Amino acid sequence: MKHRMSLTAVAAAVTFSLSAAFAVPALADVTIGVTLSATGPAASLGIPQKNTVELLPRSIAGEKINWVVLDDASDTTKAVTNAKKLVTEDKVDVIVGSSTTPASLAMREVAVDTSTPMISMAASAAIVNPADPKTRWVFKTPQNDALMADAIAVNMKAAGVKTMGYIGFADAYGDGWLAEMKRSAQTAGIKVVAEEKYNRADPSVTGQVLKLISANPDAILIGAAGTPGATPQKELAARGYKGKIYQTHGVGNPDFLRVVGKDGNGTILPVGPMLVYEQLPDGPVKKASQEYVTKYEQKFGVRATFGGHLWDAWLLLAQAIPEAAKKAKPGTPQFRAALRDALENSNVVGVHGVFVMNANDHNGLDNRARVMVRVDDGKWMVAK
Amino acid sequence: MDLTIAALLAQDGITNGAIYALLALALVLVFTVTRVIFVPSGEFVAWGTLTLAGLQLGKASGIVGLLVGMAVLAGLMETWRCVRAGELARLPRALALWCAVPLAVAAVLWFAAPMGFPLLVQVLLTLAAVTALGPLLYRVAYQPLAEASVLVLLIVSVALHFTMLGFGLWFFGAEGSRTPAFTSASFTVAGINVSVQSLLVVGTSLALIGALALFFGRTLYGKALRATAVNRAGARLCGISPEFAGALTFALAALLCGFCGVLIGPITTVYYDSGFLISLKGFVGAIIGGLASYPIAAAGSLLVGLIESFSSFWASAFKEVIVFTLIIPVLLWRSLRTHHHEDEE
Amino acid sequence: MGLQRIALAILLLLLAAVPVVAPAFWVTLANYIGLYSMVALGLVLLTGVAGQTSFGQAAFVGIGAYTSAYLTTRYALSPWITLVIGVAFTCAVALFLGFITLRMRGHYLPLATIAWGISLYYVFGNLEALGGHTGMSGIPALSLGGIELKDERRYFYLIWLLTLAALWTTRNLLDSRPGRAVRALKGGLDMVEAFGVDAARLKIVVFVYAAVLACISGWLYAHLQRFVNPTPFGINQGIEYLFMAVVGGAGSVWGAVVGATLITLMKEWLQDLLPVLLGRQGNFELVVFGLLMVLILQFARDGVWPWIARFVPRAAVKPVPDAEPLPARPRAVGNGPLLEVKQARKQFGGLVAVDNLSFDIHAGEIVGLIGPNGAGKSTTFALISGALPLTSGEVRLRGESIGSRPPYEIARRGLGRTFQHVKLIGAMSVLDNVAIGAYLRGSSGVVRAALKLDRAEEARVRAEAARAVARVGLSGHMHDAAGSLALGQQRIVEIARALASDPALLLLDEPAAGLRYLEKQELARLLRALRDEGMTILLVEHDMDFVMGLTDRLVVMDFGEKLAEGKPADIQRNPAVREAYLGGVA
Repeated sequence: MKHRMSLTAVAAAVTFSLSAAFAVPALADVTIGVTLSATGPAASLGIPQKNTVELLPRSIAGEKINWVVLDDASDTTKAVTNAKKLVTEDKVDVIVGSSTTPASLAMREVAVDTSTPMISMAASAAIVNPADPKTRWVFKTPQNDALMADAIAVNMKAAGVKTMGYIGFADAYGDGWLAEMKRSAQTAGIKVVAEEKYNRADPSVTGQVLKLISANPDAILIGAAGTPGATPQKELAARGYKGKIYQTHGVGNPDFLRVVGKDGNGTILPVGPMLVYEQLPDGPVKKASQEYVTKYEQKFGVRATFGGHLWDAWLLLAQAIPEAAKKAKPGTPQFRAALRDALENSNVVGVHGVFVMNANDHNGLDNRARVMVRVDDGKWMVAK
Repeated sequence: MDLTIAALLAQDGITNGAIYALLALALVLVFTVTRVIFVPSGEFVAWGTLTLAGLQLGKASGIVGLLVGMAVLAGLMETWRCVRAGELARLPRALALWCAVPLAVAAVLWFAAPMGFPLLVQVLLTLAAVTALGPLLYRVAYQPLAEASVLVLLIVSVALHFTMLGFGLWFFGAEGSRTPAFTSASFTVAGINVSVQSLLVVGTSLALIGALALFFGRTLYGKALRATAVNRAGARLCGISPEFAGALTFALAALLCGFCGVLIGPITTVYYDSGFLISLKGFVGAIIGGLASYPIAAAGSLLVGLIESFSSFWASAFKEVIVFTLIIPVLLWRSLRTHHHEDEE
Repeated sequence: MGLQRIALAILLLLLAAVPVVAPAFWVTLANYIGLYSMVALGLVLLTGVAGQTSFGQAAFVGIGAYTSAYLTTRYALSPWITLVIGVAFTCAVALFLGFITLRMRGHYLPLATIAWGISLYYVFGNLEALGGHTGMSGIPALSLGGIELKDERRYFYLIWLLTLAALWTTRNLLDSRPGRAVRALKGGLDMVEAFGVDAARLKIVVFVYAAVLACISGWLYAHLQRFVNPTPFGINQGIEYLFMAVVGGAGSVWGAVVGATLITLMKEWLQDLLPVLLGRQGNFELVVFGLLMVLILQFARDGVWPWIARFVPRAAVKPVPDAEPLPARPRAVGNGPLLEVKQARKQFGGLVAVDNLSFDIHAGEIVGLIGPNGAGKSTTFALISGALPLTSGEVRLRGESIGSRPPYEIARRGLGRTFQHVKLIGAMSVLDNVAIGAYLRGSSGVVRAALKLDRAEEARVRAEAARAVARVGLSGHMHDAAGSLALGQQRIVEIARALASDPALLLLDEPAAGLRYLEKQELARLLRALRDEGMTILLVEHDMDFVMGLTDRLVVMDFGEKLAEGKPADIQRNPAVREAYLGGVA
């Protein structure tokens, strides 16, 4: 009797698996798979991105679009599992994600193995550089940290900064910024005299800040994303640091301003144009930003720059999908290849700048993608 | 490093150590009475800060809904228990305790949130809300498993930690908050700047530790709790209900954690997931005390705070490595000092 | 072929069919389940069976992954060579960690493993050579005999081959000489030490074994993912592995597979289901996942496997075939006394529990050690058995000094004992419990046991244990769980276990306590019969009637000193003894 029961269970399992095997989405729809870090340490990046998906259209140029959104909990293993699921289960034509550099690097292997285009929303240039078979299928929308670091170095040099200190996250974001900043600073003739690290949720950064102050740099760059960027800044203010403080574009959200309060005044950082589009001269980027930010703020409150990277990914696809659809049917390998080719020839105005891609540049942003802003009285003000 | 820096680091280390000590006390307390390793204590800390920060913005946050939900659940469980045992007479009292009290706290929180009461009132509201969650958590999650092994209770704790983390993200969002300082005053002793806020943290911790010592040494309830810790069956024979002892312990522990949250709010930014690392350091202190000794646990926590502060100055990238590596010799010394006894479980 | 084998064969066939018939994503999930199972399997042994909680397994996975990632990308070594290097490296690290942490008792090991897990995470994250927090990419895929295993459907077979091998070795291990000792570590530490097990060493071996499984899983992970960074090896993942083992059922090797499967599938399933139920806003996966886990444990606190196991056909109890006896200890040596206690003294602080106690026991006699409460009998017993070190004086067994040696060394010299509070492993069969007694008479180590090379010796051990069980008249209960027996029978099982160790001296700690009259009669008959076969017995006892009728000689203690010694009849007439017992009323 018991024996027969297990056989029945087995039969049920097999039937179930076979039925699952044939449950593929209807062909001819374009399926876009998104995996992002809506929970875990990078949740402050992933949540505005997830919100942004809600704003995106469900069809483009007559092609119906299926969105599949997954959360990878800021974990690389989960990101890879999600990517595999999107490719094999949901038969996506393109993967968008993930929010962090390590997860994007890990997912790259899946994209290349399965010849699926992938658009990352993470900071490091290493995701798409150098142009070789490993990065052939991979694109990214955020500004490379190198681009932003150069802007900071230029600003520092103009302000007469000779020495700088760095404090950043003990993670991929902080490490990436440190490496890029050292390079940019060297080019600009600025000496990096102190490097400190901290964890996002550390209750205290007193030790690091005392060390930084004792090195007495002219300026300090904080390499952090979201509200944790305020922790060292408030500590620096409390310890009476008088030099200039720079942040990265990672803090470009309203919560940072709320938490840092008046200690944030005077902070300088490079950001994508969408954060301060109202203050920019009229132009296509301003128009694109206005559209996105208006939609976003209607539904979710104040804008956050990370959401814009997903919107930009969509704008790239909105141009590339119709192109690719001319050559092949969605859901086929030919379509994915055509989509990749179309993405590689993107010329798109986004909310973070203008994407002009080619075989050697799968990011395509230039100086139009950065604006130096100052925090003034709890607001982002374009630096003159 | 000069003396000023050393003094500032020491001040920072002692302040954090005092907070870890409070957590260590909560962990020791919960473990000795219920054998539960209270992993979600960190979430109680974070919720303390974030609830207060929410009240500052006039928002009552999802904690109200959670209190209501858990009160209803606890009420149902009590009703089921009374019906099954045929003790319907006990039901009104049980419902008053498990439903009416938390619902009242939730209601007060809900109505008080938009009123913009002074900071002190908001602190009290926050503590009331967080404290009310403690016994509810015990009733709903742990009490049905009171006889299970330490390992199973630990895993339940981890599961609750996940759940509360999820709720925290939902209620408070991914970004952090700070609460306003109780005081921004500071004074100078021998050329070293001492902030009153950090004195407040250390002072409150000391006061709470003292109060706990009094509670356990002098009061009947305190003695009853200690008795339960030693022998559950024996305590029951003496008329002390282990269930009641468990609920009381969780209330005390939640209060301690809520205090931690209120105390660190002005010093640092707290996130929905900040609690875990803080409670882990409290756990280190608690284990140094063998999960039994309050004073050694407090001293151990202080040691952790100091090591952390100094190592973040010397080698911030390796701070955690240093903190946790230096713990090993301390543990070794402790384990050689504690004499041989048969492992339970 | 038994039903259980059929079920197993069907399971294996289904598993083998997965890559052929299942959708690609199922294969992906099955691969991860295999990887996780292997780590959880180590935890079943380490935590579930041996009772040593570890949060640091993810760090060992990391060592396996990073060692291979670094050596294959930097020095282009073959992944098969890096596997060997990784395992060797893991062994070294685990030995070192085990050596310093497994000496710790109670809750120190969990904390030490947390410390180790967190430290290693930051070491990975801060070493430039290992790619820092960003990680390392470009790890080659594995190939075997010229076949590249890049395709997940092929890699599946490697993962599951290794996982099943790990399952097989772990099962073998649990059902063996070292395995029985491991199963007794939790709750029976003093007992196994009394039968010659070096418990600290055994714990280290188990720790290393679990670490090696984790390392192999990490190696497979690195070449599956072809990318490594620190996050999958942090403390959170370490906790998750423990989670899998406990939820699955940490008492059984299948619990590891069930736990890994359940948690992996449940997370996937929640991710698909919850947005449908609750809308795409918000993230409820974590909340619901945690709640489900609490519920599962509330209804199945030993995990899910014991629940499933009820539906799995159980293997029939195998009869114990007769086998050649194990080598026995040479009987009676020389003419001197078997046991000599000379001027033994034990002091606790200012309290002298045993004061200059001396007595001898000769081969073939039953000696009783008696005295009123607090006379120092139990302390004397502990001094002889090695549970306590002597303050001064000497204890010699068969002419060899054994005073202050650890219990497992004294056991080696021919002392078999029972415990006042019965120390049987309740969930193990009577036969397995008794076989622990024969620990020192076998020699199979962990490796031999895991590879099932110990079967010849194992058959002899089992036959020996079966003979001991038969000797005490409990053959009918041989395959019952020891915990299901009545107290009186459990005490008899304890004697059988001591007999299985082929002792020169049998030391019994209050064997009659808690027994009914008839049971006592039965016990006395057994002990007399053993004596008649040449066994020497020392018993500490409270029950005067019991010792008077049984023993050849009595040693009476009072206030830590020897009050009298002699034949039972003489002792009964001794006025000092009467005074001590009856408090001068007589």
